[in-house]
Amino acid sequence: MTEYQSIGKAEKKIDGLSLATGTGRFTADFTADQILHLALCYSPHAHALIRAVDLSPLEEMDGVVDVFYHANVPRILHSTAGQGYPEPSPYDAVLFDHKVRFVGDRVAMVAAETREIARAAAQRIQVDYEMLEPVFDPVAALADGPQVAAEDAHAVIPAVYRPEENLAAQVEIQVGNPDAELAVAEFVERHDYETQYAAHCALEPHAVLATFDENGRLVIITSTQVPFHARRIVSRLLQLPPGRVRIVKPRIGGGFGGKQEVFLEPLAALAALKHGRPARLVLSRREVFRSSRTRHPMQIRMSTGVGKDGRITALTMDAVMNTGAYGSHALTVLSNAGSKVLPLLNKIEHLRFFGRSAYTNLPVGGAYRGYGATQGYFALGQQVDIITRRTGQDILKFYKTWHIKSGETSPVFEALGEGKAGVGQIIRSCTLSECIDRGAAALDWYAKRDRHLPAGKDRVKGVGMAVAMQGSGIPRVDMASAAMKLNEDGSFNLHVGATDLGTGSDTILAQIAAEVLQVDLERIVVLSSDTDLTPFDTGAYASSTTYVSGNAVRLCAESLREKIVDVAGAMLQQDPAGLHLRRNGVQDADGTRKLTIAEIAACSLYRQNQVQLQAQASFVGDESPPPFIAQFAEVDVDIRTGRVVVTRFVSAVDCGQPIHPRLAEGQVEGAVVNGISYALCEEMLFDQRGRTTNASFWDYKIFTAADIPELVTILVESHEETGPFGAKSVGEIAINGPLPAIANAIVDAVGVRLFRAPFTQERVFRALEEKRRREAAGGP
Amino acid sequence: MEGTFRINGRHELLEFSERATLLQVLRDNGHQEVKEGCAEGQCGSCLVLLDGRLVNSCQVFAAAAVNREITTVQGLGTIHAPHAIQEALVEVGAVQCGFCTPGMVMAAYYLLRHHPDPSEKEIRRALDGNLCRCTGYTKIIEGIRLAARRMRQA
Repeated sequence: MTEYQSIGKAEKKIDGLSLATGTGRFTADFTADQILHLALCYSPHAHALIRAVDLSPLEEMDGVVDVFYHANVPRILHSTAGQGYPEPSPYDAVLFDHKVRFVGDRVAMVAAETREIARAAAQRIQVDYEMLEPVFDPVAALADGPQVAAEDAHAVIPAVYRPEENLAAQVEIQVGNPDAELAVAEFVERHDYETQYAAHCALEPHAVLATFDENGRLVIITSTQVPFHARRIVSRLLQLPPGRVRIVKPRIGGGFGGKQEVFLEPLAALAALKHGRPARLVLSRREVFRSSRTRHPMQIRMSTGVGKDGRITALTMDAVMNTGAYGSHALTVLSNAGSKVLPLLNKIEHLRFFGRSAYTNLPVGGAYRGYGATQGYFALGQQVDIITRRTGQDILKFYKTWHIKSGETSPVFEALGEGKAGVGQIIRSCTLSECIDRGAAALDWYAKRDRHLPAGKDRVKGVGMAVAMQGSGIPRVDMASAAMKLNEDGSFNLHVGATDLGTGSDTILAQIAAEVLQVDLERIVVLSSDTDLTPFDTGAYASSTTYVSGNAVRLCAESLREKIVDVAGAMLQQDPAGLHLRRNGVQDADGTRKLTIAEIAACSLYRQNQVQLQAQASFVGDESPPPFIAQFAEVDVDIRTGRVVVTRFVSAVDCGQPIHPRLAEGQVEGAVVNGISYALCEEMLFDQRGRTTNASFWDYKIFTAADIPELVTILVESHEETGPFGAKSVGEIAINGPLPAIANAIVDAVGVRLFRAPFTQERVFRALEEKRRREAAGGP
Repeated sequence: MEGTFRINGRHELLEFSERATLLQVLRDNGHQEVKEGCAEGQCGSCLVLLDGRLVNSCQVFAAAAVNREITTVQGLGTIHAPHAIQEALVEVGAVQCGFCTPGMVMAAYYLLRHHPDPSEKEIRRALDGNLCRCTGYTKIIEGIRLAARRMRQA
């Protein structure tokens, strides 16, 4: 194994102490003089036309500066999804419309002298609505629901888009002839799976401050995963050239996909530009729940044909996704439910994925860690458990036999990408079989599987597992860049467009640069995500940063290394080919002649052939090497009450060479706990009028430290030859396993299978009751 | 209204409206190290010590904190002189986005002052009022154990 000096080491996260001492600044921590405070007025109705907006109650309020609404804001169709250009999401949103499409859709924005006045004024706006019939069920919406989207909504890429039918997206791919194979299969398992609306719950609520530099240029400090997409979208909506807008991303308090959405920046910019004053908009927690973005709920009918030998001969997925009132990520999340799921068992010769995204009058879906794969693996992970149980096969052996391996491919890679055809690729690194073995050993799988071990009075133990893959960026779409320069003390500035949301990407990108240049990490000074100062990067999504941005940094540092060695050669009057970088310096093969990096820098800046040693590079992936994971859940189920407690959760992950093992583990642990919480208790609930009834942390329960099981995380190394130092990405994958693994563990414990998430006590209780009734009636 | 608060050992004379929470007054007066995650007392991001007692500053009227001693995360340690808890959390990789971290540090400090050698269960219980979406809590618990060990030896 290669001995690295920074890669794979427990370096201190470079912004860690700043954050732990409260020094690091988040968007809402920035202030400005003469600030305008913004507050939004939201629709209380799920579907209505605005007949009139009465602002007279605001007239006597001191401190109200302005009100923005559909009558005084230009109507420019766009997508709030912060994606590449042209966006795969339809243009169906405007800043303010005369129609509202969900409870929480925005009606108006108040600008005032204080936040309190702004909020009070937003409450006092009188709106006269003409009620429209709402539609909440995605299947009903597609069948004959009233049109949700605007009349002039349209797609900007070639894609199936029929808003008049509430069809926000449709995806269909077929390989072989699955229908014929299903017809001749020994048996077919066909089940309907359903996942729920879920909230991201990043601890930092969405926030933006639009202000000006000394030359009057617009500067937007914002809590975003996509600063460059934000610049593009804001520029278009405000009809400014992108060069007149600067986006600055400070520290971000978590994103998870929720901040891959450009829906507040244009509003703050609008108010700031109109009044020539800084303007700030910070959402309350309830506003985040009601009006920001969610995980798209999905219904999946999965059919698998199984042959005499117990192998899967054909598999079809029919998915209906609820995109809510706007089609943000409606096409791409849907696509990913197939493209990130179907290649896993690549020996299945006959496949079909047919998916539709439906508009409804519920909150808007968006990017959410896992991005459709999570929904798809809920189905596949249980389906494999069902088949292996029915045929008496060992599920671990089944997965090890049929999963995709190094040197193999899947036709799905080429057939299905992000809303369009994908990019064919051959897997170069995969240690999934080892992940399965090591995860099983850590859980003591064979001693617990099918044992129904007692876990106290009325409580039974069960174990379940699931396997998943993800990707490393979107091939031939995601682009990242880096620039570096050398300073006279031998330190380097590293400027990256990549966006650290708390993931630690600033740190791991610095490690990559430090490794290439063989210098201490402290010498790399990172500046990220400022559209004026750093080069372009598509942003932090699609598990792209380690692989795509990491490769850009590697290329950039390699280019700078060449230049440093050339200068060193001239200084030493020696052929640079015989020189290499080592321990903050350059030396020849036997280490007799050496220079420090600082000496080289000082010479090039001040003395000889003067030049700023600097380099830049960009990277676009030709492939998207998948990380792989095997996840194991151990649960206790109370047969009297239906309460499920996860007692142990093991994740064994292949993310290539981990750049920073502790941060990689942190990505897995965070995703796992989010996933367990999603599996057991998280669900956004709505009343019959479409109002979110649990829009607070009191009512939308997420796991705390007191709730978590024992977590075991195993990084099973592999070497991805196309990745920086062998790395693949790891941000999303670990959220895919908890849902199916826990469902399978509940089956193992008490013999009931939950096809709808979350597995609340009530649902498990009802399933147990149903099972008891069936057994009493002599049924299976 | 106007009142004097003793914040991190310094007397500060501040103006505030009678309905303002301690959180708002702190944040409006340069103490942005105290974070606002929910303003409903549920997430723990705004924890401070009020006369040595751990409180969600969003749940306390500023008027009720006048003339009292307030300690924020900066009162425990700064970037140039960090507290053992802050250092330990960074070392074990327990700081991801860091938005919840100031509150976590306060909860950990309060725990360790009263229970210098807590069991894992006691740590988990002490953090029950602090939400974190990034870490899955395991490394935070590990960091607090490390800090406890170091603080006992110091």
